[in-house]
Order: sequence, then C-alpha cells, then structure tokens
Amino acid sequence: MAAIAERVGAQPKAHAQGYLMSWLTTADHKRIGIMYLLASTLFFVVGGLEALMIRIQLSHPGNTFVSPTLYDQLFTMHGTTMIFLAVMPLFIGFINCIVPLQIGARDVAFPRMNALSLWLFVLGGILLNSSWFLGGAPNAGWFNYAPISLTPFNPGPGIDFYDIGLQLAGIGTLMTGINFIATIINMRAPGMSLMRMPLFTWTTFVTSVLILFAFPPFTVNLFLLMFDRLMGANFFNIAKGGNVLLWQHLFWIFGHPEVYILILPAFGIISEVIATFSRKTLFGYDSMVLATIAIGFLAFTVWVHHMFVDGFGPYVNSLFAITTMAIAVPTGVKIFNWIFTMWGGKIKFTTAMLFATGFIPLFVIGGISGVMLAMAPADFQYNDSYFVVAHLHYVLIGGSLMGVLAGAYYWFPKITGRLLNETLGKWHFWLLMIGFNVTFFPMHFLGLLGMPRRVATYSAALGPAVAFWNLVSTIGAFILAISFLFFFYNLFKTLRSGERAGPDPWDGRALEWAISSPAPVYNFAQTPLIRGRDAWWVEKTEGDGRLRAAEAESADGQHHGIHMPSGSIYPFLIALGLMIAGYGAIFGLLLLVAIGLVLAFFSIHRMIVAEDPGEIVEPVGGDGE
Amino acid sequence: MINQGVEPAGPGPVSPEQAKAQDNRVLGFWIFLSGECAFFASLIGTYLSLNTHTAGATTLVSLIDLPLTGLMTLSLLTSSLTMVFAFLAMNRGELQAMKVWLWVTALLGAVFLDLQIFEFSHYMASGFTMGTSAAASAFFALVGFHGLHVAFGLFWIISLLSYSFKDGITAANTSKVWIAGLYWHFVDVVWVIIFTVVYLLPKVH
Ligand SMILES: [Cu+2]
Repeated sequence: MAAIAERVGAQPKAHAQGYLMSWLTTADHKRIGIMYLLASTLFFVVGGLEALMIRIQLSHPGNTFVSPTLYDQLFTMHGTTMIFLAVMPLFIGFINCIVPLQIGARDVAFPRMNALSLWLFVLGGILLNSSWFLGGAPNAGWFNYAPISLTPFNPGPGIDFYDIGLQLAGIGTLMTGINFIATIINMRAPGMSLMRMPLFTWTTFVTSVLILFAFPPFTVNLFLLMFDRLMGANFFNIAKGGNVLLWQHLFWIFGHPEVYILILPAFGIISEVIATFSRKTLFGYDSMVLATIAIGFLAFTVWVHHMFVDGFGPYVNSLFAITTMAIAVPTGVKIFNWIFTMWGGKIKFTTAMLFATGFIPLFVIGGISGVMLAMAPADFQYNDSYFVVAHLHYVLIGGSLMGVLAGAYYWFPKITGRLLNETLGKWHFWLLMIGFNVTFFPMHFLGLLGMPRRVATYSAALGPAVAFWNLVSTIGAFILAISFLFFFYNLFKTLRSGERAGPDPWDGRALEWAISSPAPVYNFAQTPLIRGRDAWWVEKTEGDGRLRAAEAESADGQHHGIHMPSGSIYPFLIALGLMIAGYGAIFGLLLLVAIGLVLAFFSIHRMIVAEDPGEIVEPVGGDGE
Repeated sequence: MINQGVEPAGPGPVSPEQAKAQDNRVLGFWIFLSGECAFFASLIGTYLSLNTHTAGATTLVSLIDLPLTGLMTLSLLTSSLTMVFAFLAMNRGELQAMKVWLWVTALLGAVFLDLQIFEFSHYMASGFTMGTSAAASAFFALVGFHGLHVAFGLFWIISLLSYSFKDGITAANTSKVWIAGLYWHFVDVVWVIIFTVVYLLPKVH
C-alpha cells in the first residue's frame, strides 16, 4: 500500500497527521477506490479458500474432509462473500478510481459520503467474517431463506452476523449508488453530454440506479428478519400468521437486480477494453446505451424466475419466463456490438484484451444455460441441481470476474503508475481459462445427472460418472487457484519494480488517459472541454494532442489554486459506531448498542453541522506530464 | 429547476466548487428520497400482504382511536406548514424568524412523537405487541420506521439549530436547511399514506 500511496499524489500539508490517519480520513475518490480494491481482494481470497474447501470435500463421494455443519457455513459464506464483499466492491473500486476521471471531474459529488460508504463496507465485511470466531458463520445460503434462518432452526448467532453485516455493507452500497448518480448527472465537464459518456460511465450510472431501487427492499427484508430473530416479531413465523414467501419476494426483488449490478460494470469495462485494443470506436454506441438501460429496467421484472417451483401456477411462471427470456435480446445486442467492434480493427492482444475477448464465449455459455433455466417447466428439472451452479459461475466468473480482471490489467497503470507484467498476465489468463472450464463445465453434467446443490456430500450410488466429474471439477478448482497465484505475484512484483507507465500506455480513448498516471490529487489542472465521444482520442487525432481547458485562464493571469474537499474522520467513526452497535445487537448487549449508537449519532451530528472549508491545492505542471 | 428557492442569500465569496457542492446536495437528496420511496413501498407492501394475518389474536382495528391519530396527523401536517414558513423567512434573509419557525416545527414533531409513543404503549397494554401476530409485526415495523424517520428529522433540525449560523444565512447553510426541509415534507407525505392505509380505510370499512 505504501508503494501505491507514494504515487497517488501526496496529500496536502494540512493532512500530515500521520500515514494511517491520512487514509482513515481521506475523501479522495482515488484513495477510496484503492482501499475498496484492496479490501475486496482480501475478501476475494477468503471466499476463494472457502471454495477450495468445498471442492476438496466434494472430490470423492462420502468424503469427510469437513462436517455437514461446517459445509453449510462454507457454501453460505463463499456465496455471500463473493457477491457482497468481493465482486461488487471490486467494481465499486474501479468505479471510484476511474469514473470521475472519465467525466472530467475533480471528485465525486459527495466525497465524505463516499468515505462513509467505504468504511461501512469494510467494517460490515469484517463483522460478517468475524462470525467464524464468534459462534459460527451463517449457514442458510447467501439467499438466507426463511424459515431455515429463523431462531427455532438456527439458534446460533451466525444468521445475525449475516443480517447485520450485510445491513451495514448494504447501506454503504446504497450511498455509493446515490453518490454516482449525482456525480454523473452533475459533475460532468463542459461538453461531456450524456451520449458522449464512455460506456463504463454509462453502465456505472445504470448500475447506480439499480442499487438505488434494489437495496431498499433488501434493507427492509434484513430488518424484518432481525425483528423476527431478536425482537420476537412474526413476519416469517407461520404459526402466528407469517409468510415465508415474503422473504423470498423481497429477497429476489433485490437479488435479481443485484446480479445485474454485478454484470453491468463488466459490460462497461469490456466495451472500453475492446474499443481501445481494436483501435476503433465502439460499434453501435447508441444501441449499447439503450441495451444497458433496457437491461436495467427488465432487471426489476423477472424476480419470480428464482421461485418457479414455489407453486404460483403456469400463468405467473409463464409471465416471468417471458420477461426473463426478453433480457437475452439487449444482451445479445451487446455481444454482437463487441464482435463488430473487433471486426476489421487492429487488434492487439494484451492481457486486458485477452480477458475481454475470453469474456465473450464464457458469458455466452452462461447466457444460454440462463435461457434454459428461464423455461419454467424445464426449471423444475434443473432447480437446486449443479446445473444452476454451473450457470451462475459462468455468468459470475466467466462474466463479472473476467470483467474485473480485464479492468485490473487495463487500469492498473492508471491507478498505480506501473504496468503489470504481460508474461505473467498471459500465464494468469490461460491457466484461468483452463481451470475455470475444467471446474465448471462438468457441473452442467453433474446437474443433469441429478447431483443436488448445497448438500455436504453425495452417495457413490449416484454412479461413477458423478464421482468422476466431481474429481475433475476439483482438479480444475486448483488450476484456477494457481492462476491467481500468478496474478498476486504479478501485483506484488509490479508494485515493487514494475515498468513505469506513461500517462497513456494503451493509446486510450477516454479521458482518464489524458492525465498522468497515477492521476494527481486534483485530477485535471483545468477543467477540460469535451469535444466529442472518445474525448481523448478526438484530441489526439483531430486536435493537438492536448486537452483544451473549458475556461480561459483568469483575467489577471494569476495561477489560482484548486479548491478540494477536505478529509474527515467522522465517516470512519460513524461506521465504527454502527459496527459496535451491531455487535451489541447480535449478543444482546444493550450497553454496547447504546455506546455504538451514541458514537454514530455524535459523528452524524458533527457531519451535519460541519462546514467543509476545503483545501487549496496548487496544480503542478500541466496535464499529461 | 429542482432547487428553486435556494437563493444564495448571504454575502461572501463562493468558489465554483462550493457552488457545485450546494447544487449536488439538493440533487443527491432527491435521489436519496427516491430510494426512501422504495424503502417505504417495501414496508407498505409487507403490511398490505400481512395485515389480515391476525392469527386469531387482538386486531389493530379494534384498538384504533381515530381522534388520537387524527391529532397526530394534524400536528405533523401543521409542522410541514411551519417548515414552509421557515423557508420563506430564510429566503427573506430573516435569520431569527427562520430559527423560530424551525423550533416550532421541531416542537410539533415532538408532539407527534409523543402521541405516537402514547399510542404504542396503549396498544401494548391492550395485548397488541410485535409478537402478537404477523399483522401486528407489520404494523409496528411500518409505523415504527416512520416514527424513527420523524425522530431523525427532529435530531437533524435540532442539530442545524445548534449550529449557530454564525455568519448569518449563507449559500452553504441555505442548502443544508433546504434538504432538511425536503426530508421533513417527505416524512409528512409518507404519514398521509400510512394514515390512510393503516388507520382511515380499515376503520371506515
Ligand atoms: Cu434472476
């Protein structure tokens, strides 16, 4: 982290309160983005180790590597961690680092709320994972269905850790959504009209809208479960008139948009990377934007496809099957646009481009199994089998994670100033492609052969084919894990002695490549004037290769400092207070709840009344140096 | 357009960055309120799906006291009016008048909360608690969350008042008062829906 910090722009002098404090109080979107990336990478490793334990357990029929009790916790924490604490915040990390640069902004709309989002995510994630040491991890799946999640069936604290940990992280995510909607609407540089925005900014915008409307139902759901478990309420208690389907509805009204929150930013990254390394403008930009919006809208109309076997009858199931299949249309538009962007382009297969092109076939496989699952009558067969596990990993690893990695190789030089090693990167890519397909393709067969999900083991009586494909899958998982050793070694090596990246190592198209790597603390010395789509490319090909300033130098010819928001410790303290209160609620310690809430509300009060005087930062040199 | 009425009343230099920050605050708050709509929509949906699931226990409708909840409605609606008066005073640059109207608003909010606590304790004493039935749980969740929103609004207004407005009314604090007011009106509108759905319609039928 030290190595990154040195190059991410020194903080102004007023911030010389020490190294740790400068990170705890920072409101700089670039540093917040780096912390998002670091924390979610750590959670990703934890979730990956959980996956390896699951695969070891399933390598042989009747294996006893882990107990069924532990197995339940492992698959629950694997899913929960990967979705909420790894992939989504990895995207949020890139969004933080890159989107303000792409629209020519100095920072996000609410820099200190951005810090609060980060700390709620980090501390919520730590709280959730601390359950391993404090009475057992949650064990009712990432979807945490009632009634398994209710006290009579699950008396330990695990579910409360799930409930309160995700509540904290979820509120942070909600604030990220609000922040980036406001940022993209209000902070664009002059000339950056909506239809000139890079695709990654567009997908961030639609993702943020999905967050805004999908997370509140989840927040409510988590509250209802908390009331049932901790305060004797009866929302899901059938004996007192409760309804367990209520949880499922509220969960999937959130849950399906959530999977698009996990894929739309990847679509954005793939669009940027493919256009850059094909040296062509994105094919069908308008239809890409429209498809993104259409997917965002349809996301809210399909949730019952997760509940086909609940017995709503053929009319309801048909309706939701049709809306689900309809999503294949805008998604198909995107796939064709990427292919046509490459068509006739001068393609350069850097590691980032390899991941972007690898994304396409893998995501198409996931999309095809998705349409198969969308057929309600067929879903009765696939439901709760390994076929679904194969599908979701093809879209979440083959889709989302490939997007993350394409983004990682593409933007690493912009974020740190150093280029990742391409040779190691190619080892990473090819090992990942092999390991991933060897792990997950056999799961299609396993599902069709009748192997159920979420069961700690399987009987040898299921036949030699089931045992064989499970062993293959486990071997694949280890190849996948080894591919990430190459990645982590690459990160480590590059940060220590990697090749320096100039401002524009890829001959990029969007605005982030117009400024130095890493970006200076104020991003743009002068607010740029945007003169077309692919804003930086336009300046390189039609202009003089420099950004134009939106306003002329001030009349007196003096160089004025740049007003930047100042940092604050209160976002961290608010999150810390809520975390303490969360522990209090889990263990029924009212005093702890009170202490936590007092700390949180004192800090909120300070945030409400505080004036932000800001800081004046002197720009150094010109852009592009 | 959406921040009509926020006129930078006070003097003092405002950097473009600061002006942008005021603008962002109002826009961001509207976005937040749309998220709040989804939050209350989920709670109201939950209530409507469970309000007949009384499990044979005490029902809400047998306990509702319309004059009491009517009085609560009146105090909250009036507090929205006084909040408007606070805005008007702010736009005229009258600091003292604005503070007085904000205090009156806070007072009316406190009256509402006080009556709600009385209402809840009356219900609980009559055997209608969170644990009575799914319908009761849904009632306390919906109305209770609204009450918490009122309480937070109160905390917010008092936080603003405790801040001394030492430089008078400035561009920076106008937008702070503006969004607090926006929040207050939103909570008021939600109450109108709750009053209709939870109290008025079941009692009238
Ligand atoms: Cu879905």
